[in-house]
Amino acid sequence: MIPLMTIKQFFNDLRRQKLRSALTMFGIFWGTCSIVLLFAFGQGITESQIKAQRGLGDNIAIIWPGVTSKEFRGLPTGRRIRFTEDDARLIRSKSTTLKGISPEYRGWNVNLRYKKQNTLRSVSGVWPEFTDLRNVIPAVGSRFINQRDMDEKRRVIFLGNKLAEDLFEQEEAIGESILFNGTPFTVIGVMKEKKQNSSYNGRDNRNAFIPSTTFKAMFSRRYVNVMIIQAHPTASMEATKNEVYEIMGERYKFDPSDKEAFSIWDTTKGIAFLKTFFMAFQYFLFGIGVATLITGGIGVSNIMNVVLEERTKEIGIKMALGAKKQMILLQFVLETLLITAVGGILGFVFAHALIQVFPYFELEEFIGTPRINMLGSIMVVVVLGLVGLASGYFPARRAANLQPVQALKLF
Amino acid sequence: MIKMKQVVKKYTTGKVEFTALKGIDLHIRKGELSAVMGPSGSGKSTLMNIIGCLDVPSSGAYTLEGRDVGQLTSNDLAEIRNKKIGFVFQAFNLLPYATAYENVEIPLLFAGAKAKQRKERVMELLSRVGLADKVANRPTEMSGGEMQRVAIARALANEPDVILADEPTGNLDSQSGGEIVKLFHELWESGKTIIIITHDSNIAGTAERIIKLKDGMIESNGTRPQ
Repeated sequence: MIPLMTIKQFFNDLRRQKLRSALTMFGIFWGTCSIVLLFAFGQGITESQIKAQRGLGDNIAIIWPGVTSKEFRGLPTGRRIRFTEDDARLIRSKSTTLKGISPEYRGWNVNLRYKKQNTLRSVSGVWPEFTDLRNVIPAVGSRFINQRDMDEKRRVIFLGNKLAEDLFEQEEAIGESILFNGTPFTVIGVMKEKKQNSSYNGRDNRNAFIPSTTFKAMFSRRYVNVMIIQAHPTASMEATKNEVYEIMGERYKFDPSDKEAFSIWDTTKGIAFLKTFFMAFQYFLFGIGVATLITGGIGVSNIMNVVLEERTKEIGIKMALGAKKQMILLQFVLETLLITAVGGILGFVFAHALIQVFPYFELEEFIGTPRINMLGSIMVVVVLGLVGLASGYFPARRAANLQPVQALKLF
Repeated sequence: MIKMKQVVKKYTTGKVEFTALKGIDLHIRKGELSAVMGPSGSGKSTLMNIIGCLDVPSSGAYTLEGRDVGQLTSNDLAEIRNKKIGFVFQAFNLLPYATAYENVEIPLLFAGAKAKQRKERVMELLSRVGLADKVANRPTEMSGGEMQRVAIARALANEPDVILADEPTGNLDSQSGGEIVKLFHELWESGKTIIIITHDSNIAGTAERIIKLKDGMIESNGTRPQ
């Protein structure tokens, strides 16, 4: 009965005090909306950055040749250490923590030609494992280099998706023949589009890949440019790197603790850093969110105070007519909760709607897809509810503690 | 019915202390129609508020129907205001956003009456004060006399024994005021105890008894109008 009166009165109030109610609700609406959006975009950016970082490959390290810096068993410093494909095989057979390895030969300024389209690109000679190591995934209807390509030194080529577009534009590339420095190669695959924000030799989407055996035969190279290693998910990259130093140190006679004999770029460190960074970023957003909520809460409680001053007379009248303290309290608390709930729900719905239409703005490339964080949203609702409750309760209690005559006169 | 012994009421505003009532001894019997008169600041309204349980004395004893008001909790007082006392104010004190019907309904809601009962009672009360056709009007759509009649209907909602009126005609023209006074007389004839604060000696003249206040004290008590 009383709650019903309250709801009725709430809508009466809305009509009577359009501006005030609108402002209160807008405060809550804005608070909820901005916090939900803040979390959603924070999550989106984090996910897209980590995904982009993974575009280079999961849990991998890149090894470059180097020069020894420590004397070892009577051998001087300054010896060049380079690798061959055999070294990669040796590491694969001896390491216990390795999941995958591929050497990578690199040829720059290779002339690629299809009909009249002509371009100079970097081409890598790699093993079939390369596809998994570096997340160079074939698009639907195409494949990566396989063992038979390797064994038969086939003239087959796998193209980055942008490179394929450059050469073939709208035409189908798979199965077509292109000229590779004048030699015909068959296109076996095109890379599925991916996000990549780091590289050691340009983005994969404009590179081309051929079997390492074919590369070696064409360019007569002895040494590979880099090796890519992937640690087993259960092992740490640190252990795998140490094993590689041990195995290579034994083979080329250098001190395994000589980290300059070759250099390793451990990408897992970057991901770990990124994760820490975005964790901090999320905490930061969380802090802003809490501050926004507190500001909103103070706003609501201020407005409730003003309302209360305005309505002290009404409270006086009701008390004179026999309203008990609890009834007065209940009315104000319900009213604040209603304002908070309506504002909060509207803010929530609006934020959801924005996120639904967001893809049409085509900004995902830069800031990722915003994602509603359910836990965060529930937290917002709970905090808002508490703020609403507190800001309704305390001023109302102050009013209900007055003698009726004081409440009547205060007006 | 109403007994007061050495009732004192002090107000403190900042550092200034003001004594509105300086020891009131008063006895009002059931069914009496009393008028309270006195110059501004003599303590009439303060006395009325204490009788109506809208305020509590600073010292002294006030018993209403044998119950010591000083011993009651705020919920007990609310109950008394709801059921035992009907208060009519000079400024009407209607809820501005509520219709005549809703205003009269409020004390019934607080008393926990059922919907059907409430409806019957509200309609009965509004026709008794002659406003059966203004049920859905809000205070802004009514004249002063009509508003005061709504307020009287509201004061009667829970059949209180005592009706307190603080200058009920103060904001009304003489014709409307006359109608209101007539209403009070009808109520008195039906057996209610009625106390009216007034400046108007014509109104006071119709009362059984006149209580005159001056400077927070009773100057004369129970004199019949001359």
